[in-house]
Amino acid sequence: MMGSRVALALGMAGLLAACSAAGANEKPASTAAAPETPYPSTYRAYPGAPTALVGATVFDGAGRRIDNGIVLFSNGTIEAVGGPDLAIPAGYARVDGKGKFVTPGVIDIHSHLGDYPTPAVSAHSDGNEATSPTTPEVWAEHSVWPQDPGFTRALANGGVTALQILPGSANLMGGRSVTLKNVPARTVQGMKFPDAPYSLKMACGENPKRVYGNRGRAPSTRMGNFAVNRQTWLDAKTYADGDRKKRDLAKETLAGVLDGDILIQNHCYRADEMALVLDMAKEMGYKVTAFHHAVESYKITDLLREEDVCSAVWADWYGFKMEAYDAIPENAALIANAGACVVIHSDDANGIQRLNQAAARAQADGRRIGIDIPDEQVIGWFTLNAAKAMGIADRTGSLEDGKMADLVLWNGDPLSVYSRPEKVWIDGALMFDALDPKHRPVSDFELGQPGEGDVK
Amino acid sequence: MIARLLAGAAIALCALPVAAQDFTVSNARLVLGDGSEPIENGHVVVKDGRIAAAGAGAAPEMSGTAVDAQGRWVTPGLFVAMTDLGLWDVDGVDDSNDASPRGTVFSAALDVAPAINPSSEHIAIGRAAGVTRATVTAYPGGSIFAGQGAVIDLGDDADSVQKARAFQFVVLGESGARIAGRSRLAAHAAFRNALREASDLAARQNLSDAADPRMAGSREERPGDALLTRFDAAALIPVVQGRQPLYVSVERAADIRSTLTLRQEFPELELVLVGAAEGWLVADEIAAAGVPVLAQGLTDLPSSFEMLGSTQSNIGRMHAAGVKVGFGGFFNTTDYPRWAPQYAGNLVALNAIPGATGLSWAEAFAAISSIPAEISGMGGEAGILKPGARADLVFWDGDPLEVTSAPTRVFVDGVEQSLETRQTRLRDRYRIPAPGALPKAYDW
Repeated sequence: MMGSRVALALGMAGLLAACSAAGANEKPASTAAAPETPYPSTYRAYPGAPTALVGATVFDGAGRRIDNGIVLFSNGTIEAVGGPDLAIPAGYARVDGKGKFVTPGVIDIHSHLGDYPTPAVSAHSDGNEATSPTTPEVWAEHSVWPQDPGFTRALANGGVTALQILPGSANLMGGRSVTLKNVPARTVQGMKFPDAPYSLKMACGENPKRVYGNRGRAPSTRMGNFAVNRQTWLDAKTYADGDRKKRDLAKETLAGVLDGDILIQNHCYRADEMALVLDMAKEMGYKVTAFHHAVESYKITDLLREEDVCSAVWADWYGFKMEAYDAIPENAALIANAGACVVIHSDDANGIQRLNQAAARAQADGRRIGIDIPDEQVIGWFTLNAAKAMGIADRTGSLEDGKMADLVLWNGDPLSVYSRPEKVWIDGALMFDALDPKHRPVSDFELGQPGEGDVK
Repeated sequence: MIARLLAGAAIALCALPVAAQDFTVSNARLVLGDGSEPIENGHVVVKDGRIAAAGAGAAPEMSGTAVDAQGRWVTPGLFVAMTDLGLWDVDGVDDSNDASPRGTVFSAALDVAPAINPSSEHIAIGRAAGVTRATVTAYPGGSIFAGQGAVIDLGDDADSVQKARAFQFVVLGESGARIAGRSRLAAHAAFRNALREASDLAARQNLSDAADPRMAGSREERPGDALLTRFDAAALIPVVQGRQPLYVSVERAADIRSTLTLRQEFPELELVLVGAAEGWLVADEIAAAGVPVLAQGLTDLPSSFEMLGSTQSNIGRMHAAGVKVGFGGFFNTTDYPRWAPQYAGNLVALNAIPGATGLSWAEAFAAISSIPAEISGMGGEAGILKPGARADLVFWDGDPLEVTSAPTRVFVDGVEQSLETRQTRLRDRYRIPAPGALPKAYDW
């Protein structure tokens, strides 16, 4: 108890974190920075039957609520979403949703599953290439252990169908993220969300200056953080403005950002620092898609709305480090109330199992101060807004015709502590069924271990 | 010096102390906390800071002010076991953090009581969330013995420690092994040696009756082969004699069994298991031994090789086997004490999942109120509404275990508490973030 959780908290929550959204450039990653797309996704949708979810309360993730609704999907895509009068074609398997709820698949914009898997042993500590303050050359996908049991927990308890795996926040520039479908696979390529844009994880504030300052090297201060970042960007611009013929993994990532093909997911807690980062982005010619953690977004909601930057936040984590000292539980509600973008993120292998509960908590904290954000909007905090900030909202994140059939049938209101996913489909394939033990994935690691195949 | 001055200048939120009031609550959706079902139209009578009556229907007597709960939920205050409340301001700021003693020669003798800060922001935030009592422990540092924890109340006053040296905390299993010499072998040897030294000291110096044996006796002589300081050995005397509970942090089924067998060597030990992620695998043995458990509840990942069998059904299965089990272990930054109701509510959710074992609503509430209170030596005193108990009372704006609910009124020892915290002050200041005629700093 003391050992693992506390070690995890110190090693991960304390050190890592970040996520965000907004104004994502939604075209697929260009190949400008590299001659080809290496490590391509080999994921293909698993077979699924044409299905009609009938009679559930449907939250489409895009702000709509349909009582006694019908959702049709086949061939891996959403075909139609409507009310009780929607015609159900012949041959569709009917799933009775009476008294239940349907939402888009839950999306976590900030996870370290696979890079910091369980068991959390040092041999598995693969999320921070903490050997240089700027490592834009590393790619999170090259650390992902597909057998991390955490993926299965996120599916079964959290209804998570897609997630962004970020490098940690030890470095100013931590490396590229990878977006995954939450499908068990033998390889990370077998999980990769097809053609999802890359993001670069950046981190402001305490972590980089602490990690490198403790080693007597730059950055050791916040001003050092900025100096190293700015010089790195200037050097990248020189590279990007050249012929780019000499392969340079770090510069290719940064050039991809400057080209607008690679998004920025920026770990940043304090309001004053976020404002400085936004100016740096203007100075260097890139856009911050999302601030992650962003516990002080409530102090600058006007600025974040104007700049069209998402805040990927916890409901109410606070106080664990100096830059989290001013966190308040009304953060998300105040951001949303100002018309800025909110994403609820986890940064945690436990929290990813309860993003819906965190959103409900944040919604209620807002309601108590007179900010009434409707349920159908709050659902978007952990579905469509996350997808937007990850650049995949054209294909998932909401229940709209033609989108991927990534969805969750909840056994009750998803904004209640008493509800759990009953069934989860990914691209129309049933990947989890609480009513069928054989639809509980068991990772290689857990095969033959105590508790194999147990409810978790 | 400068740091000191700055720290001193930080905002202090001082609510004026309010005296305990006598009052009578009627028309409450009343939860007694003892595992019984909620009562519609319940009453609570509070006199002199204690519960005089609580139950269904009209109050048998009227005491003080009449309070109509208008059908809203009224419960005992939450009792959250095994926290680090009051031991740090900012976890990552070492100067402000007393939870992890390192580099001290002392271990079992360590006592959290004098270090607990009643003005801690975290206590205020817990209080506003309905947590009225808790146990506090430090983390183990250089020894498997983390020292002696305390029972506190979260009332807004200077007097938070209700019971100092309420238990001794030792870590066995992986974390204990790491500390003792990177092996469970070392941890078990260190444990037995420590208890033998305590027994020996008690016998030679006749310290058996001392309330705090550390401070008793006059002779300092010890055998030449003593490993513990005299102070630490003396601190363990009440443990060996069963006068002070010994909380043992273990997770793996095998480590739980090893812990239960300790009583064959030390028959008086009053054991409490902390953690017990694989407790469900040995639930019958734990129940037969009559050893209570404080478990985290939602642990379901194989975070270490001692937690391979983790499941959210752990508490439910132990409870079903007859183990006295409550929630415990709200440490650090990932399990805030105020999340206790959410965790309990999640166990209620398990009832709808085939193959899972949860708790009924009433059992789940008891697991964050009367049961941890009983395990913490506060049975009948806290976490329960029955005659004689302390008047820790919470009024809620909804189902207390639901994530959307929060307290509307909180009483500790019959004293109504302010729900204001530094967080609510920040919230109010930035309700509209742009400054007006003056900067935000003038808005207070």
